[in-house]
Amino acid sequence: MTAVQTATDTILEVNNLKTYIFTRAATVKAVDGISFDLKKGETLGIVGESGCGKTMTALSLLRLVPRPAGRIVEGEIVLNGEDILQKSEDEMRDVRGRQISMILQDPQTSLNPVFTIGNQLREALGIAHKENKSSMLGRAVDALRKVNVAAPERRLDDYPHQMSGGMKQRVVGAIAMSCEPGIIIADEPTTALDVTIQLQYLRLLKEIQAETGLAIIFITHDFGVVARMCDRVAVMYAGRIIEQGDVRDIFSRPAHPYTQALINSVPKLEERVDRLYSIEGQPPLLSNLPEGCRFAPRCPYVSDRCLETYPTSIQIAEEHHADCWALHPDWEGSPIAEYVAPTGTTG
Amino acid sequence: MQRFIVLRILQGLLAVFVISLIVFALSRVAGDPLAAILDDEAGKEQIERLRQSWGLDKPLHVQYFTYMRRLLTGDLGVSFRWDRPVLELIAERLPATVQLSSFALVITGIIAFPIGVLSAVRKDSWFDAGGKMFAILGQSAPTFAVGLILMWLFAVQLGWLPTSGRGGFKHMLLPGFALGYYNVAAIMRLTRSSMLDVLDTEYVKLARIKGIPEWKIVWKHCFRNALIGPLTYFSLIFAVLITGSVVIETVFAWPGLGLMVIEAINSKDHIVVQAVVMLFALLYVGINIATDITYAYVDPRIRYG
Repeated sequence: MTAVQTATDTILEVNNLKTYIFTRAATVKAVDGISFDLKKGETLGIVGESGCGKTMTALSLLRLVPRPAGRIVEGEIVLNGEDILQKSEDEMRDVRGRQISMILQDPQTSLNPVFTIGNQLREALGIAHKENKSSMLGRAVDALRKVNVAAPERRLDDYPHQMSGGMKQRVVGAIAMSCEPGIIIADEPTTALDVTIQLQYLRLLKEIQAETGLAIIFITHDFGVVARMCDRVAVMYAGRIIEQGDVRDIFSRPAHPYTQALINSVPKLEERVDRLYSIEGQPPLLSNLPEGCRFAPRCPYVSDRCLETYPTSIQIAEEHHADCWALHPDWEGSPIAEYVAPTGTTG
Repeated sequence: MQRFIVLRILQGLLAVFVISLIVFALSRVAGDPLAAILDDEAGKEQIERLRQSWGLDKPLHVQYFTYMRRLLTGDLGVSFRWDRPVLELIAERLPATVQLSSFALVITGIIAFPIGVLSAVRKDSWFDAGGKMFAILGQSAPTFAVGLILMWLFAVQLGWLPTSGRGGFKHMLLPGFALGYYNVAAIMRLTRSSMLDVLDTEYVKLARIKGIPEWKIVWKHCFRNALIGPLTYFSLIFAVLITGSVVIETVFAWPGLGLMVIEAINSKDHIVVQAVVMLFALLYVGINIATDITYAYVDPRIRYG
């Protein structure tokens, strides 16, 4: 994916996006100045631990941040050349479903329990297609067939509680894809499924992507899923993207100490360990963030500079950036032990 | 679904059987009915004769079977007060009570559901606060006081509506509102809170992601889900309204069952009171069954659960 990409291939560009939640006690900086872009047909993974702002980022892209507490305070979300933050609520409704859609985390709760899945699917299809009843029915059957639901004609009259979790998540997928959007945000779509079903679902998403040229933003905390699904990865920590780059690049030479720690904490089958690796300490509260680097309190390489100012981004390879002072050429502290500098870029 | 309905009806019949036992027992415990009818000067022989002719000398279980047999054939006895069959009296008075209660129920629904839904959608706005005030006022003021104030304002002062009695639509407005207003607060608050829960669910989020207009999200996706809780209460209110009409019928001289029961109690007409109590119990059971069936219709998960 790193090879030939021109600017016209970019369908989504996020610049310095800030989404805050204003509570009586404090301002929670859930998303605090993130920038990334997404190209046609690619899969961008957003990885990070719980509460780092992944889901809030996703909801910001659809402008569905919980109101009235949550608000996008700054930044740009440029979709096909237009900043959607400038759009009215009515115009946004055309963006949702038709241009950007989303698959939610828990299939058990994301379908309305009192309507049949046929009803919910036809409703979603009806947004883009105004047709008569029988042709809508055909479309609904097709949509279910596309997500590998067996005997779709019979399934249309089922209520969500009559289906298994994996089946429901397929239906949610069919709903998300009903208006043929250019981008789908998948927010931990397989977390609630068991492992074998997970794999099937991921394969299905890949197949659909290959067929339709859809771009996927894949939100997860699972590096295994990232390796399987994504072309590029953005690692989030405490409301910021601290490193992003090509997926092979990130796995082979993670630059940021946090990314390294994350990858190290994935247990390996071939190694026997008594105690699994974990990162010391807790992530900072999003309502009370440190001045400098947010990972500094937990970072083994920390210096005074890290505690004072947030590190500027540094390019490691093409399309690979990280926010860490230790990667800067003028770094005076101990070098990052595990970091393998690409040949030719740094000394 | 059919199995569900049959099961509910069987359960209802069981409840009715138990109630009939209780009503029967209460009427025996309440004292000798003969003492209430005959005056002190009645001779022993006279009392004995009446006791025999009413079957009161037989063992209790035989009396119960006789009572049940009569009940099932629709023979509710004869009122001393009016000297007419009780069934006839009830048939004459029931429509007025059902009419008033249904109208009150409709008024409760028309006011409470929309206010509840909109209060949730516009949470913490002036509308939410105003709705709360309006509802709590109805809950706090006694029904008869609301009735009297309404009567004074709209009938006496403004002269727009009749003060009392049964007639056309205009006659229903004041007693219907006075009766219905009391329950608005409960229904409205229940609707509001369950609506707030529903607005926060993932499937509403998914509906928004689909790009569905907000009004459709509120009235299609949320309303039916939010209805499940308040609906049970709402239909139970119908039973409460029928029995509760006793007070408002007296205030507005509405010729229904309530007014009749008050008169029967005043003249110690136990036969009428017993029959009406049994009828009210049957209504409660019937309405409960109807509620369960509606409930199953609204929420498909209940049908199979």
